[in-house]
Amino acid sequence: MILETRAVSKRFGGLQALKEISFAIREGEILGLIGPNGAGKTTLFNTINGVFRPDKGRVIFRGEDLTGHPPWVAARRGMARTYQIVRPLKELTVLENVIAGACFGLHALSIGKAEDVAAEVLGMLGLAGHGRQPAGSLNVAEKKRLELARSLAARPHLLLLDEVLAGLNPSEISGMVETILKIRESGITILMIEHVMQAVMKVSDRLIVLDDGELIAEGRPSEIMNNPRVVHAYLGDPRAAERLMSASATKS
Amino acid sequence: MLAWGTIVWGGGNDATREKAFTLIMFVGLAGSLNILLGYTGYVSFGHIVFFGLGGYMGFYLLAGHGWSLPLASLAGGVFSAAIAGLLGLAVLRLRGAYFALATIGVNEAARAFVSNFEPFGGSTGMSLNFSTYQQYGGAGKALWLTFDLMVAVTAAALLASALIKNSRFGLGLLAIREDEDAAMVMGVRTPRAKTIAYMASAFFPGVIGTLYFFKNGNVEPGDAFQLNMSIELLVMVMLGGQGTVLGPLLGAVTYQGMRGYMLTSPLFKDLHLAVAGAVLLLIILFVPAGFVGWLRERFPKLRGVLE
Repeated sequence: MILETRAVSKRFGGLQALKEISFAIREGEILGLIGPNGAGKTTLFNTINGVFRPDKGRVIFRGEDLTGHPPWVAARRGMARTYQIVRPLKELTVLENVIAGACFGLHALSIGKAEDVAAEVLGMLGLAGHGRQPAGSLNVAEKKRLELARSLAARPHLLLLDEVLAGLNPSEISGMVETILKIRESGITILMIEHVMQAVMKVSDRLIVLDDGELIAEGRPSEIMNNPRVVHAYLGDPRAAERLMSASATKS
Repeated sequence: MLAWGTIVWGGGNDATREKAFTLIMFVGLAGSLNILLGYTGYVSFGHIVFFGLGGYMGFYLLAGHGWSLPLASLAGGVFSAAIAGLLGLAVLRLRGAYFALATIGVNEAARAFVSNFEPFGGSTGMSLNFSTYQQYGGAGKALWLTFDLMVAVTAAALLASALIKNSRFGLGLLAIREDEDAAMVMGVRTPRAKTIAYMASAFFPGVIGTLYFFKNGNVEPGDAFQLNMSIELLVMVMLGGQGTVLGPLLGAVTYQGMRGYMLTSPLFKDLHLAVAGAVLLLIILFVPAGFVGWLRERFPKLRGVLE
């Protein structure tokens, strides 16, 4: 198990955002994290990488208890993440963004070595021609790829992807899906939050489903689609239910 | 910088030296403020507190304990850096306007404390015994030594800011400036990085303060903790281009030139701070990147050359 959460709970004032979440990811796996809006998916990410300290429970990463450690500890142990709303370092160039990712990641590379890694990762994500451009001047799809490049440059063991497909057009989505599969082939374990159901069903080995801060289901994509609790949770959110249904229709 | 020092050294004229001294001092102060303001994005409105406190400490060691000037000024710098390290634990948790306000508060608190602190002479401050200059071979030689040291410390401040900017540590600071939360998640130990930047940007003003008050021969709270000097430093850094190495140099030279003109012009002589405020406003509204930043944006080819 590369990552394990044990009964993790988090409360914000009157809102119980996470209720005793326990799950684990195997090395090399792609685990999809789905659930209606407001289910607590991003909060779970933030609790895993140390942005929030859980009120109860433990977060174990590669055999080490990271509970309550600040986020840079998780980063330096090999956990990288992207944001749902992209957060490029706008005034820095694309290349500098990715160099920063490599410098402060798992291997804490020197600037010179980080530059080599950055060039390689930019090439892989089709951003090689944009290196000298300020990151703020990229379009949305490019910014998404930049976020991915920055987190990959850290050479993480585990990558947390928060809706990397949101806001992309269909051809960009299929490109990104391929990239995700390629990343996994390179030996990186992936935990991904995703709303684009077709895509997440396609790439995930397993899925976990959050609803209202609770883990309500866990299993293979085909099992999840037919799980009555999952369907019920999504019926509370008609748009999401529709997406789930259409994904299931195309799949069968 | 050094070229300029050489002109003054070559000329050997006291009046030119005095003018150059003030200018070089502001270049050094602006350059050190830039390490915090330009790289981490934390706006310190009360940065002059480190000039004042370091200057007081250095002067105290000079006047009261007979330390030599180089040693005392170094001690002034170390003292300022240490204070910044301690203060940083508290104020660097604040962000944006709250941090800026806190730094003003710190400056005023330091002034009030020193005004009532007897070992530092309370509200009347301290003066150097004229015989102190004898150990440097007379007042004239002592002033030249002060000038040489000022050139050296300012060059060191600019060199440090260039080295920091091109280092891994500096990249972490720039990441903090752009998005502190994202920087943390990327693996930057943000509290430590910010504290080191704060200490570095406090060290040089402490050295400079000691040199300045040694040259004046006395130090008092009103001179040491002038909030308007703090604001003028901000104008210099913003004018030249925050976050660039050359920006503070150009900004300080330009601003000092402007100030010199205004102070001697009958029309503007009481208005120079008002003009400084207006300049700051115009920069923030129209050229937030400052002169060097604007050049870098306008001519991307310069990016490699113009740091």
